Amino acid sequence: MQFMLLFSRQGKLRLQKWYISLSDKEKKKITRELVQTILARKPKMCNFLEWRDLKIVYKRYASLYFCCAIEDQENELITLEIIHRYVELLDKYFGSVCELDIIFNFEKAYFILDEFLLGGEVQETSKKNVLKAIEQADLLQEVINSNIPRTLLQVILVY
Amino acid sequence: MEAVNLLSSNRYTEKQIGYLFISVLVNSNSELIRLINNAIKNDLASRNPTFMGLALHCIANVGSREMAEAFAGEIPKILVAGDTMDSVKQSAALCLLRLYRTSPDLVPMGDWTSRVVHLLNDQHLGVVTAATSLITTLAQKNPEEFKTSVSLAVSRLSRIVTSASTDLQDYTYYFVPAPWLSVKLLRLLQCYPPPEDPAVRGRLTECLETILNKAQEPPKSKKVQHSNAKNAVLFEAISLIIHHDSEPNLLVRACNQLGQFLQHRETNLRYLALESMCTLASSEFSHEAVKTHIETVINALKTERDVSVRQRAVDLLYAMCDRSNAQQIVAEMLSYLETADYSIREEIVLKVAILAEKYAVDYTWYVDTILNLIRIAGDYVSEEVWYRVIQIVINRDDVQGYAAKTVFEALQAPACHENLVKVGGYILGEFGNLIAGDPRSSPLIQFNLLHSKFHLCSVPTRALLLSTYIKFVNLFPEVKTTIQDVLRSDSQLKNADVELQQRAVEYLRLSTVASTDILATVLEEMPPFPERESSILAKLKKKKGPNTVTDLEDAKRERSADVNGGPEPAPASAASTPSPSADLLGLGAAPPAPVGPPPSSGGLLVDVFSDSPSAVAPLAPGSEDNFARFVCKNNGVLFENQLLQIGLKSEFRQNLGRMFIFYGNKTSTQFLNFTPTLICSDDLQTNLSLQTKPVDPTVDGGAQVQQVVNIECVSDFTEAPVLNIQFRYGGTFQNVSVKLPITLNKFFQPTEMASQDFFQRWKQLSSPQQEVQNIFKAKHPMDTEITKAKIIGFGSALLEDVDPNPANFVGAGIIHTKTTQIGCLLRLEPNLQAQMYRLTLRTSKETVSQRLCELLSEQF
Repeated sequence: MQFMLLFSRQGKLRLQKWYISLSDKEKKKITRELVQTILARKPKMCNFLEWRDLKIVYKRYASLYFCCAIEDQENELITLEIIHRYVELLDKYFGSVCELDIIFNFEKAYFILDEFLLGGEVQETSKKNVLKAIEQADLLQEVINSNIPRTLLQVILVY
Repeated sequence: MEAVNLLSSNRYTEKQIGYLFISVLVNSNSELIRLINNAIKNDLASRNPTFMGLALHCIANVGSREMAEAFAGEIPKILVAGDTMDSVKQSAALCLLRLYRTSPDLVPMGDWTSRVVHLLNDQHLGVVTAATSLITTLAQKNPEEFKTSVSLAVSRLSRIVTSASTDLQDYTYYFVPAPWLSVKLLRLLQCYPPPEDPAVRGRLTECLETILNKAQEPPKSKKVQHSNAKNAVLFEAISLIIHHDSEPNLLVRACNQLGQFLQHRETNLRYLALESMCTLASSEFSHEAVKTHIETVINALKTERDVSVRQRAVDLLYAMCDRSNAQQIVAEMLSYLETADYSIREEIVLKVAILAEKYAVDYTWYVDTILNLIRIAGDYVSEEVWYRVIQIVINRDDVQGYAAKTVFEALQAPACHENLVKVGGYILGEFGNLIAGDPRSSPLIQFNLLHSKFHLCSVPTRALLLSTYIKFVNLFPEVKTTIQDVLRSDSQLKNADVELQQRAVEYLRLSTVASTDILATVLEEMPPFPERESSILAKLKKKKGPNTVTDLEDAKRERSADVNGGPEPAPASAASTPSPSADLLGLGAAPPAPVGPPPSSGGLLVDVFSDSPSAVAPLAPGSEDNFARFVCKNNGVLFENQLLQIGLKSEFRQNLGRMFIFYGNKTSTQFLNFTPTLICSDDLQTNLSLQTKPVDPTVDGGAQVQQVVNIECVSDFTEAPVLNIQFRYGGTFQNVSVKLPITLNKFFQPTEMASQDFFQRWKQLSSPQQEVQNIFKAKHPMDTEITKAKIIGFGSALLEDVDPNPANFVGAGIIHTKTTQIGCLLRLEPNLQAQMYRLTLRTSKETVSQRLCELLSEQF
């Protein structure tokens, strides 16, 4: 997988994960173009399209569009299932996830994504194991009292 | 800076946030990078799985070159160490994959590679998944290293596929067992050709059949996820079947399955079915099966609401097009073109042009199609397309008149596209005389027609029209004055554009000054264009990237059977393309040189296009010397000139041999019609059997192609076969001949023997026919070691302490042929003062003695 984007019906980017190295400008350009293209598609259209030299697989869940860009030889249907599995993970973790959950707990969303995919490939396909790993991390977090500078978190949020 | 501090903290949360910060905001500030790398190194060495996990995640997310340099050595060790936790192993595998993708040179292959393959057998399916991804990418670059993974992958896959749904517990996704892992394993198998081991191959076939069978069963769950996962595995399996391309029944089943999907309710499946069918269409086993679905595809083209699906349908029509359905498909594509999306029009135009040209039996149809194309989508008709139609019209006499008439009629339409004016102008300029007899298209009318469009056109078109006008002056003297008036007018002579002005002035002068003869010579009809690779095809390839659908005939040609004996290139490919003239316009792969009577259609074509195979160039200079050099050695460069280098590598065993001939293109331009031929005289053919496979007729600049020649020595022989190479370089035709060093001594097997045995046999072979002696002057410096090496290289065993005179060289061996084996003894006596040698050969057959003596004498 080359990158994954999550954006709302209004085109606001909620999550972006890049598995290839690109400059900031390029990332913004790609995001803009792709968001426009996908938002222009009608509901009954199929979930795959060709864009530049990549295949784009996207699915809409309520108000969020989940969009992945894969290379030519990768399997589209399995990518669709990757998206679905990710949504399931979020659902299980947050309990009936909605867009607000992702907005306010974006770092958790990133952590879950990192446990599930690494370097663009599926790392762990067992839902139980992924959630177990996240739970362990949470446990460590609660036990230890930490004082992370608030500014750091703000910077990440803005970015 | 804060972030780096956080990294080195021991508290998990702080570390986590620190890493997150780094991954999101990495920059190339060198100071920080070093510190970060240090922190990561500490974490990796810490043996705490959580910390190691975090560190690996960070490396994988960032994956910069500096990180690769720092950690590429460490990570493989973590990966294969016995005490690493499963989760860390997973992360390590994928991390390594990421580093390999960004900097492949920094990840060296080592002995960790075999251990990685064994990870495929791991209990933990997560580890297997990660390892499979890693191996798939690595195997693409180093297939040899990971060959053992194939059998492991097959066994794993069959275990998964045949497992009940409760076996794999958490790895079962909506009743589909481990879909991601199955897909990955299937992808891994696509990196390799079908397994040679029949047991493995049998298992794999079983596996694939199971997957295909499961698709037919009723679904276990109504959820779309179940069907998606099941179908994902199915599609990947079909890709593997297509890739192997070896089991016809699997291919046909796959095709039928896809055919069912073509009409499925879900758009996704229809899309994917169309895409897979495209690749299936290029396999010769299933091409026929694919063609049966043509009606469905055309229907899809007309009725689909989703543009991506329509696009795929177009691709599939292009792929399944062949002689039988070409006209229908082109007609459908043209009608689609009228309503097509603007973004894809250019591609469709190119495809229609290529198909029309390739499968045109009747060239009038071709001309019609192209003109229609211009009419419908003129803006998207790129330059290459109309250049091609002009080339074809000029090269074919029979269609010129028809083209002129059609173009004339088309131009009469009130609003015609500029490309049409260009084509029309050119064709009328060349062949307007063919329709001038008809009063409706008299010269004056033709001229007026063209001139009426003149002012509407852009500068290049006008320039072309001016050239047409001067051609008219030559063809139709009666319109000369009219044209001269036009040329003389101020708008031409004082035109702002330099090209137009120049043309107008020069043509005006030419028409006034030149006599009719000179005018006729200058403005003679265009000669036929030389054959070139179709630029349209090149343009389409460029547009679509290297994974274009390869066309069926190329695939067929590649598969064409071995040439059995004899030097002629296989005419098998000629059989698959019934019309030789269509083939001669060489789309894609240039045809093999036609042997036998040239095709009778269009006498002009034969001269231009057929590379006459009869003219074999005389032997290249230096061929004899090179030949002599190869008598005693088997590897080296046989021939070299400015353009081409021919290298040889051969090995011989008893009476069989194999020679690898390497042709290297020393230039940066492609060689076309590259045909190496082995020529043996009739005598030689009975004694020496040569088998070779045809070579790809296009050799890219700087590339090397290999040809394998299988040699069998039936009986002893004296002549050597000649290798004749013909090819086109740029516009010139090259013809090179060299003697191929397959000599009798190659089939020499050395025999050790003691002194008495030697002399006993020597006495036995004392009849005059069996002995040949030669006394000759030494050509090379007489060095003992070199001489010994040459004798050994010649194939004979060098016998020490046999001859009473220690300075003499004595050798013995057996020549192996299919029919007989001939024992040979030789003695070489050097005379250092006189710089001469006496060579004595004794064998049981006179011709053998003769030949060996000849050969060996040249060596010294």
